[in-house]
Amino acid sequence: MGILVENISKKYQNTTAIQDISFEVNKGELFGLIGPDGAGKTTIFRIVTTLLIPNSGKVTVAGLDVVQQYKQIRNIVGYMPGKFSLYQDLTVEENLQFFATIFGTTISENYHLIKDIYTQIEPYKARRAGALSGGMKQKLALCCALIHKPKVLFLDEPTTGVDPVSRKEFWEMLKRLKQFGITILVSTPYMDEASLCDRIALIQKGKILKIDTPQRLIQNFSKIIWNIKSSNKYLLLEDLKAFEHKHSVFAFGDSMHFIAKTDLVSKKEIENYLKTKNHSDIEVNKIEPTIEDIFMDLS
Amino acid sequence: MNRKVFIGFVKKEFFHIFRDRRSMIILFGMPLVQILLFGFAITNEINNVSIAVLDKSKDVETQKIIHKIAASPYFEIEKVLHAESEIEPIFKSGKVKAVLIFESNFNKKIQTTSLAKVQVITDATEPNTANTITAYVNAILQNYSKEINHNAHSKYDIAIESQWRYNPELKSVYTFVPGVMTVILMLVSAMMTSISIAREKELGTMEILLVSPLKPILVILGKVFPYIFLSIINAIIIVGLGFFVFKMPINGSLFLLTLESILFIITALALGILISTISNSQQTAMMISLMGLMLPVIILSGFIFPISSMPLPMQIISNIIPAKWFISIVKAIMLKGVGIQFIWKETLILLFMTMIFMLLSMKKYKIRLE
Repeated sequence: MGILVENISKKYQNTTAIQDISFEVNKGELFGLIGPDGAGKTTIFRIVTTLLIPNSGKVTVAGLDVVQQYKQIRNIVGYMPGKFSLYQDLTVEENLQFFATIFGTTISENYHLIKDIYTQIEPYKARRAGALSGGMKQKLALCCALIHKPKVLFLDEPTTGVDPVSRKEFWEMLKRLKQFGITILVSTPYMDEASLCDRIALIQKGKILKIDTPQRLIQNFSKIIWNIKSSNKYLLLEDLKAFEHKHSVFAFGDSMHFIAKTDLVSKKEIENYLKTKNHSDIEVNKIEPTIEDIFMDLS
Repeated sequence: MNRKVFIGFVKKEFFHIFRDRRSMIILFGMPLVQILLFGFAITNEINNVSIAVLDKSKDVETQKIIHKIAASPYFEIEKVLHAESEIEPIFKSGKVKAVLIFESNFNKKIQTTSLAKVQVITDATEPNTANTITAYVNAILQNYSKEINHNAHSKYDIAIESQWRYNPELKSVYTFVPGVMTVILMLVSAMMTSISIAREKELGTMEILLVSPLKPILVILGKVFPYIFLSIINAIIIVGLGFFVFKMPINGSLFLLTLESILFIITALALGILISTISNSQQTAMMISLMGLMLPVIILSGFIFPISSMPLPMQIISNIIPAKWFISIVKAIMLKGVGIQFIWKETLILLFMTMIFMLLSMKKYKIRLE
């Protein structure tokens, strides 16, 4: 049993944070909640970690109800909040020691779980956590969340504010954790990280847009994505937005990703339109969709 | 296992305290500074106060009295005046704090009507000093009139004799040691714990502690334990300084004093926990502690302003200030040397307050986020 979320909603005073959210995470699965800031990811995390009570709906973690059986849940889950939440004035080793102690275990007992990660930060074990780099902090936080061998691991935006190399390393660690049978729920605003999950839920404005494996989401996406470049990037975006056939357009690196209202719009038509708008060095190519394209198309 | 967890938690708390310079200054710098400040600088005692004398009769008696006053360590006669017109200028120049005026035919009046007058004019821009000067002069004069009465063998003379018990020299150390002790214990226990719990909330570590098997009661006990320990050390420092440096007596039982202090520390800690349950940031916790605790402790507890001279509504309010009861307990033990039979009422009130604070904070303590 992993995590079962059924029709949960949560309101803060007048604003609705999440509305009618349902998803299921299988045991041992790496499940990603993908969405921009303010989509409601943290609210979902706080509900599944027993920190908030939903206004409606039902959630179970490892078969335990988050409202009634919160005490048992707190024994078997590991949680890494979005904000770095370790003791900055304690050293790396003291932090790890503390979290091992409060979960009634020792570092050596579950060392095999964190070994890969901990060896990377071990050279700095006498350093205060506050003095670590962003990537190091997240690795330490992961170690602390893992030290008691949790059945379910909750990671709220673990790679936000982390450099690209460390982000990659972090995801490799998560993949390796799967061999221990730990169910992982992770959230990220970075679309490129979505493909690293077993399954993902795309979330925006408190609602789930789609749930599937990243591969199938891409396979099932039938629309044509046009990758468009020209010498004037700013005007290009403005002109494409004004294009009569536009369904969606957004900047992707130094080019634009464009989806037409129908797939009948040809490459020639787009090029001609841009020529009339006085663009030069025009490049229009069909490309494979990414998760970001799918997200932009849905939202 | 629980014991191990508790020790681990307390260890962490000590790391926080000892690694934070601000905490260390509040914990150990503050009591020293306050005691020394109150002891040496802020004092109601007077020494070598400059006064002037206008003697209109210049007879044997007035000379004797003036001599007596000049000989006391409290006064120094700066100037002898010759006319009333000189009084105003000498006050304005700031050279003297008081002027003594003996009426004319002083000796004769004493002999015939046994009533002679001395006027004491004080510079009341400093009301406390003015009060004290008047009281001291009064004391000297009364002493003197007692001597005269004694010599005269007069049967029907009524001499008013006032006595300052337990603090015959009106030493301010006797009021500030209990006062400072109360303020410091309140500060350390209530403010520091409320800030330290609010810090966990502010930095997000409370979120992790909540999503862990740690029981709320263990978190709270782990938080307050170091402060009980440190507060006791503080109390020892303050009483020690009072005793050794300022010669404050400890007439009662030291053991009882310790027990009562621990009770008050627990009251303050319970208040601190209560404050932390309603504040989400360190700053809020600090503001509530300072405004809601420190000010009442300083103003309404009888530490600085006597409760009996407050307007009635304030006197009633002062009853809900735990510090008021603790100060009277400490004074009773240290100065009067009484045992529990004389302070059981105050002790019970403190116990009762502590229980209410604890119940309230247990009710308010959140096992989830808002």
